[in-house]
Amino acid sequence: MSAILELRGVSKQFAKHRALNDVSLAVPRGAFFSLLGPSGCGKTTALRLIAGFETPTSGEVWLNGTRIDHLPPYRRNVNTVFQSYALFPHLDVRGNIEFGLRRGLPKNGARDVAGLVRRVLEQVRLAGKESRMPSELSGGERQRVALARALVLAPDVLLLDEPLSALDPLLRKQVRAELKDLQRRVGVTFLFVTHDQEEALSLSDSIAVINRGTVEQVGTPQEVYCRPRSRFVADFLGAMNWFDQAGVRPEATHISRQRPENGACVRSAVVSRAIFLGSVMHIEVALGVADGAQEDESHTAIVQVAPNGECFQAGDQVHLWWNSSDEVRFPQ
Amino acid sequence: MKRALPLYALCVYGFLHVPLVILGIFSFNASRFTVWQGFSLRWYQAALSDRDLLESSVNSLIIAAVSTVLATAIGTLAAYALWKGSSSAGPRPSRALSVSGNWLSASFYLSLVTPEIVTGVSLLAFFQWIFRFLNLRLGMHTVILAHIAFSVAYVVIVVMARLRTFDKTLEEAALDLGATEWSAFQQVTLPYLGPAIAAAAMLAFTVSIDDYVITSLVAGVDSQTLPMVIYALARRGVNPMLNAVSTLIVVALGAMVLLSERLRSA
Amino acid sequence: MSVFRSATRVRSMSRIRSIFAAPAAVLMIATLIIPLVIVAAYSTLTRGAYGGVELPWTLENYQRLIDPLYGAIFVRSFWIAGVSTLLCIALGFPLALFIARAGSRKNLYLSLVVLPFWTSFLIRTYAWMFLLRDTGLINSVLQAAGVIHQPLPMLYNDGAVILGLVYGYLPFAVLPLYATLERLDKSLFEAAADLGATPGSALLRVTIPLSAPGIRAAAILVFVPCLGTYLTSDLLGGSKTILLGNLVQNQFTTARDWPFGAAISILLLAIAMVLLLAARRSGEELL
Repeated sequence: MSAILELRGVSKQFAKHRALNDVSLAVPRGAFFSLLGPSGCGKTTALRLIAGFETPTSGEVWLNGTRIDHLPPYRRNVNTVFQSYALFPHLDVRGNIEFGLRRGLPKNGARDVAGLVRRVLEQVRLAGKESRMPSELSGGERQRVALARALVLAPDVLLLDEPLSALDPLLRKQVRAELKDLQRRVGVTFLFVTHDQEEALSLSDSIAVINRGTVEQVGTPQEVYCRPRSRFVADFLGAMNWFDQAGVRPEATHISRQRPENGACVRSAVVSRAIFLGSVMHIEVALGVADGAQEDESHTAIVQVAPNGECFQAGDQVHLWWNSSDEVRFPQ
Repeated sequence: MKRALPLYALCVYGFLHVPLVILGIFSFNASRFTVWQGFSLRWYQAALSDRDLLESSVNSLIIAAVSTVLATAIGTLAAYALWKGSSSAGPRPSRALSVSGNWLSASFYLSLVTPEIVTGVSLLAFFQWIFRFLNLRLGMHTVILAHIAFSVAYVVIVVMARLRTFDKTLEEAALDLGATEWSAFQQVTLPYLGPAIAAAAMLAFTVSIDDYVITSLVAGVDSQTLPMVIYALARRGVNPMLNAVSTLIVVALGAMVLLSERLRSA
Repeated sequence: MSVFRSATRVRSMSRIRSIFAAPAAVLMIATLIIPLVIVAAYSTLTRGAYGGVELPWTLENYQRLIDPLYGAIFVRSFWIAGVSTLLCIALGFPLALFIARAGSRKNLYLSLVVLPFWTSFLIRTYAWMFLLRDTGLINSVLQAAGVIHQPLPMLYNDGAVILGLVYGYLPFAVLPLYATLERLDKSLFEAAADLGATPGSALLRVTIPLSAPGIRAAAILVFVPCLGTYLTSDLLGGSKTILLGNLVQNQFTTARDWPFGAAISILLLAIAMVLLLAARRSGEELL
């Protein structure tokens, strides 16, 4: 599968701050590709660079075999779904969607504007709402208009800048599923920027984890979660318990009152509190400096247990144990 | 287009400022003609020793000072009252008050919208009609009253704008902690309004100092203000002494504006 | 208890509101409402023998407005005010755009526009007399450079009045235009570019339509004062350019025909109010 979008050694320097540092990425054609990282890591800068609102200080951006980093946004065949959707308030839904079509020919050459609009409205399930004004739409509907507006131009890559963050949490999961369906149906390459790792894990074919302007790891959701290649990636995706140099996921950490005799790795601890989360229970413990262990990097750990299992209370003396095969280690 | 816009802006700024700059330059011209013949301060000397100019300046300052103080006070209180009565502020007002609030703010609109000449002649007609019953004539007092009348609406706009950004829960907190409505206004709202009140006062002052149309109608024969004298001189043709006076006024007002801007942002 | 407290609270609140509003209310009644009522009354009375007004009531003054002599003044006032307004908006829009995009120096540029407004309108009008008259600066320079041999008559005509009005009221146009442009969501322009619109096309299809409220506000703020202008036409227009404002002033002073002057005043006021109400329907809140 060839890459439809490539960043080659891209760096971006702002006045006081280096947003991107020698970033290289290859986005496969037709993939749902996520840029995942904390606020300020540079993912939005990368998006804006691809869209054309910033130019790289060094490096190149290639789209479909053509170099585009010197082109203005209106000459690039990428389109953006903005975080605030940026719907034109003075145009109705049809007017918004048609906006890009009025300029020139879309890629497939057809000039049937009305037909294109109708088709894309069906794809995002907004048929019948052509004459509504943006102010009359709900948040979810507005997002779909923004999607439709961008998709109708048949871009090579669709850029999505945290499109779910403006929605309320109840709506988010549903829209997430619809977004994934849409991408599969339409087949356009999606480049999705988010700080929410759950979103990235559930939606993506591939994730690029970014930290402070550098790409830490690129891989499938399984790869970045189960086989993180750096401490940052391990910590950022899901929670991680650190016992000396070894990282163990809370779901791979076990807890019992008796010291286990099964030959697994053990650490003693004191329960701080138990947090009920519905489908699971998180037991927070304070780790003791015991068993000849060195000064620990983290002083607390979280154990994930079934909600109706053994009851633990603050102050209980417990033992944590895990299998060494579940450990993740990184050289210093 | 990116380069054209700043260039255009420069031209417009030039259009706005160059005439006054030229006036200033030529106020130092030794000759009375528009040919430069050397640097001189004679026109300034002439202006500063002209009795009409000096007397009328004093009149204008007195009028401006008195009308500014009163207009600012009246306008600030009115703006607060209107704001309180609107939905953005306190609890639901009683029916009667919301109606009266509406007519008052409508009258401020009317004051701003009425062309100056109409304001002037209406005040003139009013004064002449009143003077049938009172034994008074047109003079400084009628001018001051007129100035207060047309300045208050400007004050209300400026103070109202600031009030819209005021968090009303601050007043509620003051009340909760034991302050009366009046104390809350004094100790919480008024300090917040400070910059806006200062700005409003400056606006009222400038509008008063510069007014010609209304003042000329209601001033009567005895009191001359500075704009009236300037107008008379200008009417007679270009007078180099006027260049000097103009420059002095522009510099003085400009300095005042800059000073108040500095104070406001401090 | 809480009901009782809130009742007294509302009562003392409304007392404070009444006290605060009272001086302004008295002032507005005395200096705005009553005078305008008087003027309205005068407009339907008859001119007195020695000036002033007397009975009988009549509509003759309004009928005189239709007279072709005064009709010409009307048309001219509208024409001059209209052209000045269009020029102010056309010249002011790019400037407002420039300031809105200026980033950190916005306030500086805005102050530079507003600063002339703070100095005397009278003096600024006089400055153009100085520049435009036959022996004024522009003619002197052009003659000295040999470009012309006779002075160009630039003063005392409609053009000079329009120039003076545009010069005086440009800030009035720039401010509301800037306010509207500044509040526009920046991502809308990025969206337009993203969808293929060149900067020029985005200007026409997004910026200008979205600035409509600002343009409307600017138009009203400029047109109304221009319609009733007195000083500019008096100083820069000379005796050839008599506009509505000059006519009114004339009737109340030299011509001593107060009822007729009152009728014109009421008409000016009516036009201003109609325009303002039309603007308010589109939501521009001043107060």
